[in-house]
Amino acid sequence: MSSVESNATTSDLALVTAIRSGDQGAMAALYDRFSSIVYAVALRVLQDTGAAEDVLQDIFMQLWRNPAAFDASRGNMASWLAVIARHRAIDALRRRRPQDDIEDVIVSVEPNLAVEADRSRAMDKVRGALQTMPAPQRSALEMAYFEGLTHVEIAEKTGEPLGTIKTRIRTGLLSLRKVLAA
Amino acid sequence: MSLHEEFADDLALYALGSLDGAERQTLEKHLKGCASCRRELELLRGDGSLLALTTAGPKPPARARQRLMSAIAEESKVSSRLPVAGAASISERPRLSWWLVPGLITLAALAVVCVSLWRQNSTLHEDVALLRTQIADQGNKLEQANEVAATLLDPEATRIELVAVGNKPQPRGKAIYQRRNRNLIFLASNLPQLPAEKIYELWLFPANGGAPIAAGLFKPDARGSATVVNPPLPEGVEAKNFVVTLEPESGSHESPRGTPVIVGVGG
Repeated sequence: MSSVESNATTSDLALVTAIRSGDQGAMAALYDRFSSIVYAVALRVLQDTGAAEDVLQDIFMQLWRNPAAFDASRGNMASWLAVIARHRAIDALRRRRPQDDIEDVIVSVEPNLAVEADRSRAMDKVRGALQTMPAPQRSALEMAYFEGLTHVEIAEKTGEPLGTIKTRIRTGLLSLRKVLAA
Repeated sequence: MSLHEEFADDLALYALGSLDGAERQTLEKHLKGCASCRRELELLRGDGSLLALTTAGPKPPARARQRLMSAIAEESKVSSRLPVAGAASISERPRLSWWLVPGLITLAALAVVCVSLWRQNSTLHEDVALLRTQIADQGNKLEQANEVAATLLDPEATRIELVAVGNKPQPRGKAIYQRRNRNLIFLASNLPQLPAEKIYELWLFPANGGAPIAAGLFKPDARGSATVVNPPLPEGVEAKNFVVTLEPESGSHESPRGTPVIVGVGG
């Protein structure tokens, strides 16, 4: 069985194409490239290393069984996996069945962050934006994203009106988009 | 912004999975028929992914990699020997039946059972052989389709357009649309580079004369080539034509506002 070289120049799409033909080496290369992102997100949500490892295993096994779930024309692999990891971790946190099939999750980020150096620069900007964001807004965003709380639960927890929570979450997300566009 | 403002806040919550109850149902119903809100949903998920990507933490332990690769190797082994496993289970059935049969069964009855099982076994062997052939055939077709798709979509593939000698390459595009599955592949070449704060937008013009439907924003590469694959589209729309327009950077979504750049010759 041929194996794709696991160097940084092999594109994510080339790895996924090789995985489609059953190339285990390509799967290992993809894992080495993105496992840290998936694990970090799962661990942030679940706060439990064993549960985070289960999410990591689950996501990469699904990708191995169904590599076509990743559509390179609709988003980059890092962003897509980060969102899938977050979804699966929230499902695990709430002890519920997976809410979305992985192929149904489409993620668009402009500019495309497929190159690690671009991603790293973009993340510095986003971290900066989070630091300057008003604390209640950042808190609402993080409760929704990393704790999987609904807007009703966040409103109950903070004592803020529902409409305020909704608007904070939306404007918070949009401010992250703006900082990348700037 | 062309998305429906009344859904703007709920769309952000939905992107994070934080919307539930009647509001969620109402929004999901709206999303089925609204391409611009579906596009905004993708963008909001992208915004959420930025939040996820800022997460830093320890690397996963080495055992997690070993666990994954062992599971993959094991699954590959199991799938490659599936037909053999099926045959084995079939051949075990006569033994199971034989041992369950009480000792008082007559030789004639046993012979009838054996003949019946032999026939069943033969039929199942034939079925397994047929299934193997079908799986191999489908596997070959899938592999060919994957290779074609991978070549078409590979950003590193060499793309050279041939034109009549003496002619300059002109902007052109080709839309391949399958109404039944809402599949659309659009390939463009020789497009002029985008002016600042502009983007190209692909539009589907329905055959029933309805309003144009946004079918994806795109930017060409340095050589003017671009691809749009399976943008979100409503169900069952017969296409009369496809048009690419030059739009403001956020796209127009509801209806084309900018200048047409290339237009289908069929419409």
